[in-house]
Amino acid sequence: MAKITLSNLAHSYSKNPASPSDFALKTIDHVWEDGSAYALLGPSGCGKSTLLNIISGLLAPSQGKVLFDDNDVTNASTSERNIAQVFQFPVVYDTMTVRQNLAFPLKNRKLGAAYIDARVKDVANMIGMQDFLNDKASGLTADAKQKISLGRGIVREDVNAILFDEPLTVIDPQMKWELRTQLKALHQQLGHTMIYVTHDQTEALTFADKVVVMSEGEVVQVGTPTELFERPAHTFVGFFIGSPGMNVLPATVVGSKAMIGNHEIQLNFTYEQLSGTIEMGIRPEYIKLSNEPSGLAIKIDRVEDVGHHKIVRARHALDDRSLDINVIVKEGLEITDDMQYLVFERDKINIYADQWLQDGKAAI
Amino acid sequence: MSLQLENISLSVDGQRHIHATSLTLEKSTMNVLLGPTLSGKTSLMRLMAGLDMPTSGRILWNGKDVTKTRVQDRDIAMVYQQFINYPSMSVYENIASPLRIMRKSQNEIDKAVKKSADLMKLGPYLHRKPLELSGGQQQRCALARALVKESGLVLLDEPLANLDYKLREELRAEIPKIFAESGAIFVYATTEPEEALLLGGNTATLHQGTITQFNKTNQVYHQPQDTITAKTFSNPPMNFLKLTKEGSSITLGDKAHINSETKSLDIDKGSTDRHELTTVDHFKHLPDGDYIAGFRSNHLELHRHNPQSIAFTTTLDITEITGSETFLHMNYDNDHWVGLVHGVHDLALGEKLEVFLDPSHIYTFGLDGNIVASASYAKGI
Repeated sequence: MAKITLSNLAHSYSKNPASPSDFALKTIDHVWEDGSAYALLGPSGCGKSTLLNIISGLLAPSQGKVLFDDNDVTNASTSERNIAQVFQFPVVYDTMTVRQNLAFPLKNRKLGAAYIDARVKDVANMIGMQDFLNDKASGLTADAKQKISLGRGIVREDVNAILFDEPLTVIDPQMKWELRTQLKALHQQLGHTMIYVTHDQTEALTFADKVVVMSEGEVVQVGTPTELFERPAHTFVGFFIGSPGMNVLPATVVGSKAMIGNHEIQLNFTYEQLSGTIEMGIRPEYIKLSNEPSGLAIKIDRVEDVGHHKIVRARHALDDRSLDINVIVKEGLEITDDMQYLVFERDKINIYADQWLQDGKAAI
Repeated sequence: MSLQLENISLSVDGQRHIHATSLTLEKSTMNVLLGPTLSGKTSLMRLMAGLDMPTSGRILWNGKDVTKTRVQDRDIAMVYQQFINYPSMSVYENIASPLRIMRKSQNEIDKAVKKSADLMKLGPYLHRKPLELSGGQQQRCALARALVKESGLVLLDEPLANLDYKLREELRAEIPKIFAESGAIFVYATTEPEEALLLGGNTATLHQGTITQFNKTNQVYHQPQDTITAKTFSNPPMNFLKLTKEGSSITLGDKAHINSETKSLDIDKGSTDRHELTTVDHFKHLPDGDYIAGFRSNHLELHRHNPQSIAFTTTLDITEITGSETFLHMNYDNDHWVGLVHGVHDLALGEKLEVFLDPSHIYTFGLDGNIVASASYAKGI
């Protein structure tokens, strides 16, 4: 196991990068602590696979260094880095049995037969495949095959880190649950440094101790799931995490008051001299529908029943345009015709200037 | 306008892919086919499209038998999981292509393409090639091409599965709007219960080539007719445990015990913790015997909100925190349960955890899996 340090790292796929937009990965300094579970989250094209490929040694960065503990591995090959990888599509040998598949990485390292036998049994137990050890891999379902890929990823005890590249994408929702919890349990048992790349917020948030959110080649926030949810550092994080994401509304802020059009909202914090484009962020979970005219006036366009809650699609008329606002309402709460106003939970409001989170001072 | 499947079945090389199925879809309806991989969603769609011939049964379009009509001669459009566009043509020509085949006038084509492109927010990209678009825009292009023909039947086979989570969310919110404007019969296949709920309309749940239930989407969700439908339409999975009724007493699992005569509830036999149980209506009329009780993960609670709630002492294996909610993975009597509770909870793993369930959220199934008594909270839905 190892701590992984990225130092002044950047990558461009063009030979002579001229502008920042030529960089798939903009300059990043980051430390992946030994034994932690990380998720690397972002949309397609945000640079997360580029970053993963640099860590695994499939790609040499155009700038900066990769350190495993204190060793510079920037130019080391994948096999020299001693890491395990699990990919989107299961990589298993169909002609081999489950046992042979799991034993393969150990045999390659010429480990003793008795050790291999014991280790394979242990791993089979961890992934719940102990009853299928003698079955041919070819007859297995997609999720069983992916379990074997996971098993192969963890079978070597001496790896520096385990990297996962969208490992659950091809798995049905019901099976995702089982594999996800198994992964989480494995991390708790093994304590390996794990890096999990995904575009799926649920997978990222539920798996990781810390989530690294990327957008357009840049790391925009590193935080615990709760930090990303409650205090998104950038409006992109607010939008990308949560379903639907955070509402971002144009506002003017003076002292401890925010104005949306003519509607005044009292804030818990005081903000001094904000410049740039000012916006107010509030998650759909923290808005209440109300019949009190003191709230923000809205019209409800649509209500979607998602089972355990409802998503209310509302609209606020602001000058000659309208602001779309999403509200999440708990199961069982009846939505009545007189609910034409919104009330925001004060301590859940975040203020942004040019899309970055602003820290206020506690108001009196 | 209507599409009728009359007892159709499909066998390939002696293997049953679709069991005898009858289904009627009316005009201006959104119909979701919900089921896991290999449950028969794509097979059923291919039969509807005329891409495959059923082994038995008939397909009627507006009352007319079209079972043997070629796919080209049917009034349909189809969109696949893998976005398909003509890479050498512009977005405009991609969308226009079905109309060119129909030999429409340039004027008509221009109008229809622009309308369809606007709906899919492709207006600014009409001159581009598909590969110069993002994944979401490429799939919008395929959707626009499917809509431009104004077909009576639009088949969408997991159209969002290859897209990023956030793009999926965005298109999911748009599809019901597009559908509302078109008036066609939409059929939409998905593996995700949440997607079915967001799309609304009607849902048919599929399991091993059989439709297990077909009704309004929220009806199927709230009143599943059997354990298979309940499982298919649950994410996180539904939790199950044994329920035994003997005279006036009901035992849940081996521990939680309801006595309907004294209207009291014994938890963990021998414990002194007793609670009033004033209404157990949907249990009252059950004949004596063994049943399966099922309830959804979001109905488990960490606190007793209702005095009638039943307490279960579980062992907490794992928690997953999403930032706003916490998933609890618990062990109860060697069964794996999932709980979904609001807020972020830092709970000790491997320790005992008491969770509560309001009995009005319990679905009672027979040992054959068929519903005996729906959860009483869902009756009004």
